Amino acid sequence: MRSRRLVMLAIVTLASLVLLAGCGDRKAEPTARSTGPLSAFDGLSGSLDIAGGTAHIPVMNAAAQSIMEHNPQIRITVAGGGSGVGVQKVGEGLVHIGNAGRALSDDERTRYGLQSWPFAVDGVCAVVHPDNSVGALSGDQLRDLFAGAVANWSEVGGPDAAVHLFTRDEASGTRKVFWKKALQKGDIAVGANVVASNGAMKTAVAGDPAALGYVSLGHLDAQLKAPALDGVDVTQDHAARGVYPVVRKLYMNTRGELSPLTQAFIDYVTGPAGREFVQAAGYLPMPE
Amino acid sequence: MMRRLPGHDLLLNRLAAGAAVLVGLVALAIVGFILISTWPLLTGGGLGRILIEPWRPFAASPSFGIGAMIIASAALSALAVALAFPLAVGVVSFAHGIGPRRLGRAMLAVVQFMTSIPTVVYGFVAVMLLVPQIRQLGGGGTGYCLLTAVLTLAMLILPTIVLVIHARLDQLAPSLMGTGLALGMTPAQALLSVVLPAARRSLSTALVLGFCRAIGDTLVALMVAGNAPQAPASLLDSVRTLTAHIALVLATDSFSPAYRSISAAALLLFLLTAALSLVVRRLDGRDRS
Repeated sequence: MRSRRLVMLAIVTLASLVLLAGCGDRKAEPTARSTGPLSAFDGLSGSLDIAGGTAHIPVMNAAAQSIMEHNPQIRITVAGGGSGVGVQKVGEGLVHIGNAGRALSDDERTRYGLQSWPFAVDGVCAVVHPDNSVGALSGDQLRDLFAGAVANWSEVGGPDAAVHLFTRDEASGTRKVFWKKALQKGDIAVGANVVASNGAMKTAVAGDPAALGYVSLGHLDAQLKAPALDGVDVTQDHAARGVYPVVRKLYMNTRGELSPLTQAFIDYVTGPAGREFVQAAGYLPMPE
Repeated sequence: MMRRLPGHDLLLNRLAAGAAVLVGLVALAIVGFILISTWPLLTGGGLGRILIEPWRPFAASPSFGIGAMIIASAALSALAVALAFPLAVGVVSFAHGIGPRRLGRAMLAVVQFMTSIPTVVYGFVAVMLLVPQIRQLGGGGTGYCLLTAVLTLAMLILPTIVLVIHARLDQLAPSLMGTGLALGMTPAQALLSVVLPAARRSLSTALVLGFCRAIGDTLVALMVAGNAPQAPASLLDSVRTLTAHIALVLATDSFSPAYRSISAAALLLFLLTAALSLVVRRLDGRDRS
């Protein structure tokens, strides 16, 4: 689970190195000029280091790649580490952009003087095993289930089986938004199993007919079933339009005055090109 | 004594000394880091609270105690050793006289191979095969529980225990076995009443090392023990070890009280393993003399 994050990190680091090597070869070529959104990078040079939330990596990599292809004088590195690491690194000035899948805490914001740049929306939904007959839950039922007050699926119209609860770790941005917006800060039973990633949650719930957990919408597929919440079907479209309420933003965070390159990168990712990268990665663009 | 070494020997000597100093410094740095990061807890009187209070980071009045994790770590390691140690003694006895010679050697080879399997593979296999079986035992629970972790961890530490005992028996068995057999003992009698008692120090060493390995393991506990921050009331309860707790909380906001509990967990693990390795050194020393 955590090793998956490490593997990701290794892949990203390798990919960055390969990209850098590629840049070296083409250094002699004159910088291309264009009129698209990439023209903001004309004449810029130097390096930009990014670290933090692993959900952000596909978007960051896509943006970095197109920028470095356009202007080989720019070097962008993308590393993982998780939301907490992203905030810490940018706060201590070790990277230019620190990604987080959650809003900054007041403490982090004031201690470091950070600025947040949301660029994508990700939904989180309750999931059960596909064989579970429960197809819809009210918000109250969901809260009772997670609190352990309802301990058998038959009490919410399902089979006669004990509810097997799964939740996420303390650092999870997915947990934070689900707890706040779906459970309305209600209790999660102490005996609930804790898994360390969306992938591990998927494995656990897909393997247990009595399981109840929650995942980021990007991880939802035929192995899992997402019961409608308060009559609202769980779809990307509903999440994008705000009909489905349990959504979070993905943020880039910066500290202090922005360099021209950092500013250009943030404009690029939050602009139309970034929206395409966001969709390609399975997330929703920010509403305009 | 080292005054007249030839050039390349001198170089090797310096390199070895340098490596030794480096390792020593790294070990000291780890101790220093743990002490510095736990200093506020140790001096601020928060240590008692962190040991006693429950882990409720998101409650209206949050508390950040790791007592349940200490109990879980102790229970998991003790049970895993209790299961693996007799098995390991059995395997070694089989390989040293009770079983057919060839089969015994083959068994040792298998055990040796087991040491080279990455921990994550044990965890993965347990998630795929063992967890559903335990869930269907009928005792309730999700299958991610103390029992699953005990069984997996016992497999993981078995080779460590076997190989430590085997190394000693390799020295002792040939002569002692021969003496026993000459006195008319069966191989089993010779092993039980002569060889194993003679190797009792290394049996204790193996036991302690197995326990160290069990309590230090992170991945198996993280993957199959369920990680619920509660003291286990049954083998089928989901539990969180100190190591898994560190892994789970490491990525949180580094100024949160949750994050500070990591240092306490690290300090406890460090003190425990340091104490245990002192025990091992003592045992080892006596066995040799």
